[in-house]
Amino acid sequence: MSTLEIKDLHVSIETEQGTKEILKGVSLTIKTGETHAIMGPNGSGKSTLASTIAGHPRYNVTSGTITLDGEDVLEMSVDERARAGMFLAMQYPVEVPGVTMTNFLRTAKTAIDGEAPALRTWTKDVKAAMQQLRIDADFAQRNVNEGFSGGEKKRVEILQLELFKPKFAILDETDSGLDVDALKVVSEGVNRAHEEGNMGTLLITHYTRILRYIKPDFVHVFVDGKVVEEGGPELADRLEDEGYDRYAPGAGVAVAPAVQA
Amino acid sequence: MTDITTEKARIGAPSAQPFINGFTEEGENLSPVNTGTNTSTTSEQPSAGPLGGASAKSHSHGGGVGIPDSSRAGRLTSYKLADFKPLNGLEEDWRFTPLKRLRGLHTDVLNGAAPTVSVTAPAGVVVETVGRDDQRIGQAAIPEDLVSANAWENFAEATVVTVPAELQAESEVSVLITGAGEAPSAQHIVIVAERFSKAVVVLDHQGSAVVSENVEIIVEDGAELTVVSLQEWADNAVHASSQQAKIGRDAKFKHIVVSLGGDLVRVTPSTRFTAPGADVEMFGLYFADAGQHLEQRLFVDHAVANCKSRVLYKGALQGRNAHSVWVGDVLIRKEAEGTDTYEANRNLVLTDGARADSVPNLEIETGLIEGAGHASATGRFDDEHLFYLMARGIPEKVARRLVVRGFLNEIIQQIKVPAIEDRLTEAVERELAATDN
Repeated sequence: MSTLEIKDLHVSIETEQGTKEILKGVSLTIKTGETHAIMGPNGSGKSTLASTIAGHPRYNVTSGTITLDGEDVLEMSVDERARAGMFLAMQYPVEVPGVTMTNFLRTAKTAIDGEAPALRTWTKDVKAAMQQLRIDADFAQRNVNEGFSGGEKKRVEILQLELFKPKFAILDETDSGLDVDALKVVSEGVNRAHEEGNMGTLLITHYTRILRYIKPDFVHVFVDGKVVEEGGPELADRLEDEGYDRYAPGAGVAVAPAVQA
Repeated sequence: MTDITTEKARIGAPSAQPFINGFTEEGENLSPVNTGTNTSTTSEQPSAGPLGGASAKSHSHGGGVGIPDSSRAGRLTSYKLADFKPLNGLEEDWRFTPLKRLRGLHTDVLNGAAPTVSVTAPAGVVVETVGRDDQRIGQAAIPEDLVSANAWENFAEATVVTVPAELQAESEVSVLITGAGEAPSAQHIVIVAERFSKAVVVLDHQGSAVVSENVEIIVEDGAELTVVSLQEWADNAVHASSQQAKIGRDAKFKHIVVSLGGDLVRVTPSTRFTAPGADVEMFGLYFADAGQHLEQRLFVDHAVANCKSRVLYKGALQGRNAHSVWVGDVLIRKEAEGTDTYEANRNLVLTDGARADSVPNLEIETGLIEGAGHASATGRFDDEHLFYLMARGIPEKVARRLVVRGFLNEIIQQIKVPAIEDRLTEAVERELAATDN
């Protein structure tokens, strides 16, 4: 049982206009076996939270802490975080020309486990995982994400999630840009990884659609760099019906604005 | 978390310096190596830093430096050394080359012992050693610069490799060229791929040498020839190599230059189309270490209609005063209607203090072409690549290697000779292992 704990996290970035604070005090605790959905309108800071946990240097943590089973995550380099068991499924996976998927997956697996995977079982595992995610076998010989469609890139992210077996998976808008079929395939992959029982999931999404396939235990609503409302799965249903309008500036959270006929 | 001063994150970049000083995407700035010197023998290292742009003013776009006719077509060619003026380093085609490191290739009589040549060839391929008067010599090439003419005037014997008509060579022809000393010397090699033959020829340069080399390549009608020139010289070697190919009707020619070792290596490949329907690919890979000068200047002469050429050179640079030069001249003459050409150069700078010069030149004398393009880009590691790999647990060093290997593999993969591909992959690994970043 592991715990990922985020406490009063403040994060800023440098822009041409100067320093801009994006996260304004976020607290969140995720335990093994739990699925947390973070929902919110564009620009609310959802993806910043994901990238900050992974250690992207664009984001400056100005105060607050992130700990993994008590260990200070903010002290770790990007690769150390991954080896400690964090996995970020990226919103926009980059193409890495010249590095084949096969080579990349094996190199990453070796780094994460601290030893090279047994060649025969590894090849078999990769093949099986690719099949389940309906990724064409010839992708193994192609360069990482090169020429992949948006949907293919997302499936490859989940392929890595299944192969690397992290303690905590952070899915940054993995559902965006996916058609229904791809969304199902990707969700099945996340659920498979979850069912192994050793993973906590932080699911960041703009839409409620993915929550039909991946059932969250907790829903957190993000607005303007803060969690403004928390609840169980029923909160997602409510967002589905009402959208984010009631969190708009000026609209009291407790009082839903009049719904137009 | 480290300080980030620019909006775009720089993950693991050796420094915050975004690009090489004095370098622009098109390589417009002159190299300072030879400026302020009138004769090569008295030249001093310029006081401007290796990356400095002090000499940038002496170049104006659209005109060459020091020659009245800036078109590539107007360049002097001759078999006679005396026809070439002594070099002062300001010539358009020598302005990036540190002449004083040529160790006499441009000033001395090249009568040192030429590197030894040993050829391993599959059945059917004919290998001969011939004298200067052999009629095949001078069929494909004519010196385009003084150092090449100096070799032409001084070579004692030539190696001729002939792939007879319609022969499909079952394995590669390996030409091992091993340095035989450091006295300036001359080398001559002729490769003939006769009609409808198919072969791969590997010129494998090793050891220590100070040598100017002329390689003549004849690709007859319908032939399919790959020539790979490997420069894995010892650290002190100096090598100038003019490799000129004459391409026949419907022929396919692939030329791959790989420069890894040597103090100064300057390869100048030219391909001339002589009949329509031919297809040329020119690839290059170089990895310049501290102090190394690796130069490649290529010329594609679209002199006839309906031919196609593709050029891609990729280089990695690391260490102080590592210097690479790439100049790509593509000329589409008036007669060359239906030409389809594209050339590109990509450089990856791994450390501070390295300099990559990159100059694509495209001259087009007819509008009736299929396509013509050029591209050049020099950058450091893409930080987002690095972040992606590190976010998968891969340590920065390993990630860098993975990326560089990936960057250069695109060229290695073109060789299609597994043994050579493996060897080069290992050689690149060794280069990377030598990095301390």
